[in-house]
Amino acid sequence: MKLKLHVWRQKNKAAQGRMVTYDADNISPNMSFLEMLDVVNEGLITTGEDPIAFAHDCREGICGSCGVMVNGVAHGPQDATTTCQLHMRSFQDGEELYIEPWRAKGFPVLRDLVVDRSAFDRIIQAGGFVSVNTGSAQDANATPIRKSDADEAFNAAACIGCGACVAACKNASAMLFVSAKVGQLSLLPQGQPERQERALNMVSAMHEEGFGNCTNQYECEAVCPKQISTDYIARLNREFIKATLTYPDAKK
Amino acid sequence: MKLDAKIPSGPLESKWEHHKFDLKLVSPANKRKFEIIVVGSGLAGGSAAATLAELGYNVKCFCFQDSPRRAHSIAAQGGINAAKNYRGDGDSIYRLFYDTIKGGDFRSREANVYRLAEVSGHIIDQCVAQGVPFAREYGGLLDNRSFGGAQVARTFYARGQTGQQLLLGAYSALSRQIGAGQVKMFPKTEMLDLVLVDGKARGIVVRDLVTGAMESHAADAVILATGGYGNVFYLSTNAKGSNVTASYRAYKRGAAFGNPCFTQIHPTCIPVKGDYQSKLTLMSESLRNDGRVWVPKTKADKRAPGDIPESERDYYLERKYPSFGNLAPRDIASRSAKEACDSGQGVGESGFGVYLDFADSISRHGEEQIRARYGNLFDMYERITDENPYKMPMRIYPAVHYTMGGLWVDYNLMSNIPGLHVLGEANFSDHGANRLGASALMQGLADGYFVIPYTIANYLASSKLEKVTTSHESFKAAEDSCRKRVGQLLSIKGSRTVDSFHRELGKIMWDKCGMARDRAGLQEALKAIPKLREEFWQDLKILGTNEEINQSLEKAGRVADFLEFGELMCLDAIAREESCGGHFRTEHQTPDGEALRNDENFCHVAVWEHEGDATGPAKGHKRHQEELVYEHVKLATRSYK
Ligand SMILES: Cc1cc2nc3c(=O)[nH]c(=O)nc-3n(C[C@H](O)[C@H](O)[C@H](O)COP(=O)(O)OP(=O)(O)OC[C@H]3O[C@@H](n4cnc5c(N)ncnc54)[C@H](O)[C@@H]3O)c2cc1C
Ligand code: FES
Repeated sequence: MKLKLHVWRQKNKAAQGRMVTYDADNISPNMSFLEMLDVVNEGLITTGEDPIAFAHDCREGICGSCGVMVNGVAHGPQDATTTCQLHMRSFQDGEELYIEPWRAKGFPVLRDLVVDRSAFDRIIQAGGFVSVNTGSAQDANATPIRKSDADEAFNAAACIGCGACVAACKNASAMLFVSAKVGQLSLLPQGQPERQERALNMVSAMHEEGFGNCTNQYECEAVCPKQISTDYIARLNREFIKATLTYPDAKK
Repeated sequence: MKLDAKIPSGPLESKWEHHKFDLKLVSPANKRKFEIIVVGSGLAGGSAAATLAELGYNVKCFCFQDSPRRAHSIAAQGGINAAKNYRGDGDSIYRLFYDTIKGGDFRSREANVYRLAEVSGHIIDQCVAQGVPFAREYGGLLDNRSFGGAQVARTFYARGQTGQQLLLGAYSALSRQIGAGQVKMFPKTEMLDLVLVDGKARGIVVRDLVTGAMESHAADAVILATGGYGNVFYLSTNAKGSNVTASYRAYKRGAAFGNPCFTQIHPTCIPVKGDYQSKLTLMSESLRNDGRVWVPKTKADKRAPGDIPESERDYYLERKYPSFGNLAPRDIASRSAKEACDSGQGVGESGFGVYLDFADSISRHGEEQIRARYGNLFDMYERITDENPYKMPMRIYPAVHYTMGGLWVDYNLMSNIPGLHVLGEANFSDHGANRLGASALMQGLADGYFVIPYTIANYLASSKLEKVTTSHESFKAAEDSCRKRVGQLLSIKGSRTVDSFHRELGKIMWDKCGMARDRAGLQEALKAIPKLREEFWQDLKILGTNEEINQSLEKAGRVADFLEFGELMCLDAIAREESCGGHFRTEHQTPDGEALRNDENFCHVAVWEHEGDATGPAKGHKRHQEELVYEHVKLATRSYK
């Protein structure tokens, strides 16, 4: 296959970026999208041009490192698929591809296609956990959990923290990400004691990081590589409202 | 070199309990006076950093990914073992201990392995308390599956994403401590050197992967939990960034390296497609619960799998190992696949593949059941190969997966350098010559949650630790040497890319130090690797500078270390004149092609010492031995027949 790539190049956080065009020849439909970029980069290095920086690690769709916009769609055209698991057979020979980084106030660009997603870590630090110290746990089977609850908690826990939901949202909202963690822990008995504080603290951290509000566009769900449902956002809204009844002074 | 494994005396069952009582404690008020560095945020490092912080120590934690949640542990699929005996199928701590020792082909330490089995149950309790959503049955209790090398179902799992869920559990505990200010987290930061003061590990030098800044950190103790070195083979199931740098730098500073040649080749991975291939993808061992492995009986049979009748199929694992069948341990299953393909029975375009067939299970349990068990793995397979495994058998081939070798540690998980502790895949301790499935997650979390918090207190309480800051000359010298090395890499300005060197090294390692090894081949590798290394230092091409995000520079530093480390692996493989577990020397096999151990001469850990200056190339590597003493288990020929 032969493709024409338009790639966002930006030297560092402070620099101005721009789209640059490259030809990608000798591409096999069996290559992954990142392997295609590898091939382009090998060529760039040989000709003396800086290779395109992009984040990646596991290349199995689970670490959440990778993620670019391909023709305006987070993680590209294939449903339920991260950029690293996207294969070139999803494209046509001769196609033009526009490859850009996630764009959101909460995710500043560090270089080319690499963005800073540390805001997600800070949101988790605000409450995305159960406060249990090592060594104090009871026997794992002491509290049975309804299978359907466990499965639903799992569906939310599958979030890989890639940030596609934010990138796809016109408000750059992180609601799907936050709701996945709040949803997981509110469905499990272990999450009950801190349930309300968790919802309040994580939502407030999300706002502090500069992410927008949810206006029910459903773009996040459409691009989520783990198919996390916006039902969790509805659940988060209920959790949040209940919590503000207990803590009326909590920041909105 | 003095090697004291510090194995406590007394009966096996009470060693750890007694030892914990004998260990010195640090009082709650004194804990906050200590600084501990943890390099790595995977299951081992993440769990250690969180637990030590909960106890009140000041912790600094480092990882090269942009978030601790992305450590390579996230990719583990199949499950985690624990001797809970929730099934009532005859499991016990002793059985898990025995299976692990036997699985490791009698090349691991009894006392360590027993402790691992002993604390395994607590791991599950802890993870459930954190909200880890393990698979459950309709009654609401935890579900189990079986893994290779075991005849009981003791593996806990979370669909095909067990590592992810366990790591997110550890990450949440870590995040809680970061939020509380007890852990200072340094993501996108790579450790480049270990710093010793008065012979003790007192800090590290790191490079900020965004700005290129070289910085030192001082502490009272250093923990390395930096994972395995399977990427020395270039193609492996490891994440792209996995490396040997932290371990190898420590080795050059005097830390001993145990059994570097012990690598695990996993039998069920998606076969290599083309020379652009950047990594290999595992298909979890759990699939062998329901999938049957076979090849056509006829050589070079090009018929579609569905057209090959039962009578013309060779279910070789079931045939050769009737009592374990498709759940034979990994080293055995991998070697059998290689044998089948080498004899011409392999399938797929390249002939390097065997079938993993779910047709029987699907007709027995229905497609829905199979989807519930392995849905995400089947989807992943289809995304990569464009074939539907519900309709067609999967094609699989072995791939490099895990490294049993690692930095040498004693029973307290401390290396021979006082203050340097090593956890998880980075140490050598528990898996002998072959790791059983679902045991790495168990070991990483055992080390981090339940062992190091006790043993490090003993070190801190019983050592005289003068106050040291990063202005100490040892830090300055280490920083200088790191800067110099980066400068050297950037100044070569040759013509070949880092990846091209890495691929070439990987090919040498796979051909000569892979699934089957022999003296002649290893000798060739020992000639080829130094040659390649020389070329690397003369002809490498990296663009850009140090003071920016420079992914080629990051890779180059790692590949430079692999180019030295690969040689050490071959030296270890050539010195071990026996076959055991994943180390198969073709000169040493039984008449029916099984591994032939040599207990008389090799029932020991090979412990390597770096010779020469830490900042220059190795002048040599010296081999020492830690004898393995079996008091409880009788050394037996491993049989899975
Ligand atoms: C695809 C796959 C599936 C697996 N499935 C299973 C399974 O089902 N069951 C099982 O028991 N085991 C499984 N394993 C093995 C298991 O996942 C690993 O052995 C284990 O997770 C390793 O954990 P760790 O904490 O030791 O290291 P890792 O998780 O690899 O973490 C290493 C950490 O060190 C950091 N680091 C490394 N080098 C540096 C450096 N120089 N500077 C700074 N930081 C550094 C990294 O950033 C990372 O945070 C699987 C492995 C793979 C590859
Ligand atoms: S590289 Fe890990 S999810 Fe894509």
